[in-house]
Amino acid sequence: MSWESFFQNLSNGISLGGLYALIAIGYSMVYGILRLINFAHGDIFMLGAYIAFYGMLIFSLPWWLSLIVSIILTAFIGILIDKGAYKPLRNAPRISALITAIGVSFFLENLGLVVFGGRPKGFYRPHIFDEIITIKGVRILSLTFYSLVITAIFLVLLFYIVYRTKTGLGMRAVSTDMETARLMGIDVDKIISITFAIGSGLAAVGGVLWAMKYPQINPLMGIFPGLKAFIAAVLGGIGSVGGALLGGFILGIAEIMLVAFMPQLSGYRDAFAFLILILILLVKPTGLLGVEVKEKA
Amino acid sequence: MLKIEDLHVFYGGIHALKGISLHVPKSKIITLIGANGAGKSTTLRTITGLVKAKKGSIKFLDEEILGYPAHKIVHMGIAMAPEGRKVFPNLSVLENLKLGAYFRTDESSIEKDLDWVYELFPRLKERKKQKAGTLSGGEQQMLAVGRALMSKPDLLLMDEPSLGLAPLLVKEIFEIVQQINEEGRTILLIEQNAKAALKIAHYGYVLETGRIILEGTGQELLNNEDVKKAYLGEA
Ligand SMILES: Nc1ncnc2c1ncn2[C@@H]1O[C@H](COP(=O)(O)OP(=O)(O)OP(=O)(O)O)[C@@H](O)[C@H]1O
Ligand SMILES: [Mg+2]
Repeated sequence: MSWESFFQNLSNGISLGGLYALIAIGYSMVYGILRLINFAHGDIFMLGAYIAFYGMLIFSLPWWLSLIVSIILTAFIGILIDKGAYKPLRNAPRISALITAIGVSFFLENLGLVVFGGRPKGFYRPHIFDEIITIKGVRILSLTFYSLVITAIFLVLLFYIVYRTKTGLGMRAVSTDMETARLMGIDVDKIISITFAIGSGLAAVGGVLWAMKYPQINPLMGIFPGLKAFIAAVLGGIGSVGGALLGGFILGIAEIMLVAFMPQLSGYRDAFAFLILILILLVKPTGLLGVEVKEKA
Repeated sequence: MLKIEDLHVFYGGIHALKGISLHVPKSKIITLIGANGAGKSTTLRTITGLVKAKKGSIKFLDEEILGYPAHKIVHMGIAMAPEGRKVFPNLSVLENLKLGAYFRTDESSIEKDLDWVYELFPRLKERKKQKAGTLSGGEQQMLAVGRALMSKPDLLLMDEPSLGLAPLLVKEIFEIVQQINEEGRTILLIEQNAKAALKIAHYGYVLETGRIILEGTGQELLNNEDVKKAYLGEA
């Protein structure tokens, strides 16, 4: 493989990995606080894409404004899903919440089929993302580059919130020990809502960038990216924000490289992700950066 | 300041508190002693709203707080240094202390209180960047107390602060409890170390399997024959 094409694949891998990371963080943060795998997270990602789609189509908003509106509305939907579906089960056995999450996922997918229709819709890709840029002879789509820049901006913002603000300190306290966090005067319900809002908002960013990449959307588009991001979160160590980031990039790069180096295996691309999941569960179930988490009763 | 009346708490079928009543007047040290499983921690956890009561009343500054969420009770001025320290092991000493002041917004006086806690526990200052999980048991206890103080509580609940500490450190902790009290804070103290607790307490209650069986001033209880036999290890 030539140096140029290696670099091209690498940049594709990093950009895909960034999208996985954006989604994986939501899984990981919610798990860190509630010990719940929010299986509806991939569908929240789908909603993020649709909101931006309609923002541009019906309200003729510029792409960046659609993105912001989508982040805000999707964050709000995330909070509503928690309050409506998961909060009533906070003291129930964890399996109930897990099954409910699967139910919410099916509900959103089917709601999407009814409301948006099953036919894929073409997603508008703004011109600045539609150019070919050449860096030292390596030709890449400008979207690949900008997608990474946008991802990086939101990740920096996220890390700032989690590690530099009081709210972030509260989030870290709640995820370590919810009961003692209450004793600190932390309103745990509020922290949980903020967590869902942040996770869902990042999923919306991922959804919009994903939609521009392909560039089409359908109500079931969240299933595979959601599963992959879940695998990325487990790979990095579910519950850890840094782990989700690492897992996302590793999975994205590995997937693209597999296809690049062994094109004959490209049909197994999705299976490959699951192979990674099985391996990590066998070798290091806590994930790369994960620590043993105490199971909450 | 705190008035508990006829408090009943159940854990499933277990009747852990069978109608206790106690009174914590302002600026005093009140102690609650009793054997393992008597219900001491349950009492404190019910006051802070971590455990729900079935029946009874808990009034703080004449306001009924039973049924309030825990964070609201903390905002009202009650803090707890819980049993088993419960520091956040993955956070630094400084972050733990800041969590104690989480709901406060008066940033400049938070800084002052931080200095005050460091003065009480100089070891915490030396270790402020260290992860709390790497502190020794005694240091973690200091952190738990310091963290509770960071909320500037009117009422401080302490659940066995001397547990697992070396004798010298136990003495130090009790001195600090007295010092905090002299600064005007009210304290409800739970102790296995009944003798030391009764010595510094203005008033004490003896709890036995969910009932208060005896009460009196610290001195009275120290001289009581039953207390001597059951809790002070004297014949
Ligand atoms: N979460 C719980 N579920 C069921 N039973 C509980 C629970 N917590 C406490 N109990 C029971 O309630 C009773 C009182 O417990 P509590 O922790 O209040 O005792 P304690 O006086 O603090 O004892 P110790 O000195 O050992 O700390 C015990 O019989 C205990 O087994
Ligand atoms: Mg106890």
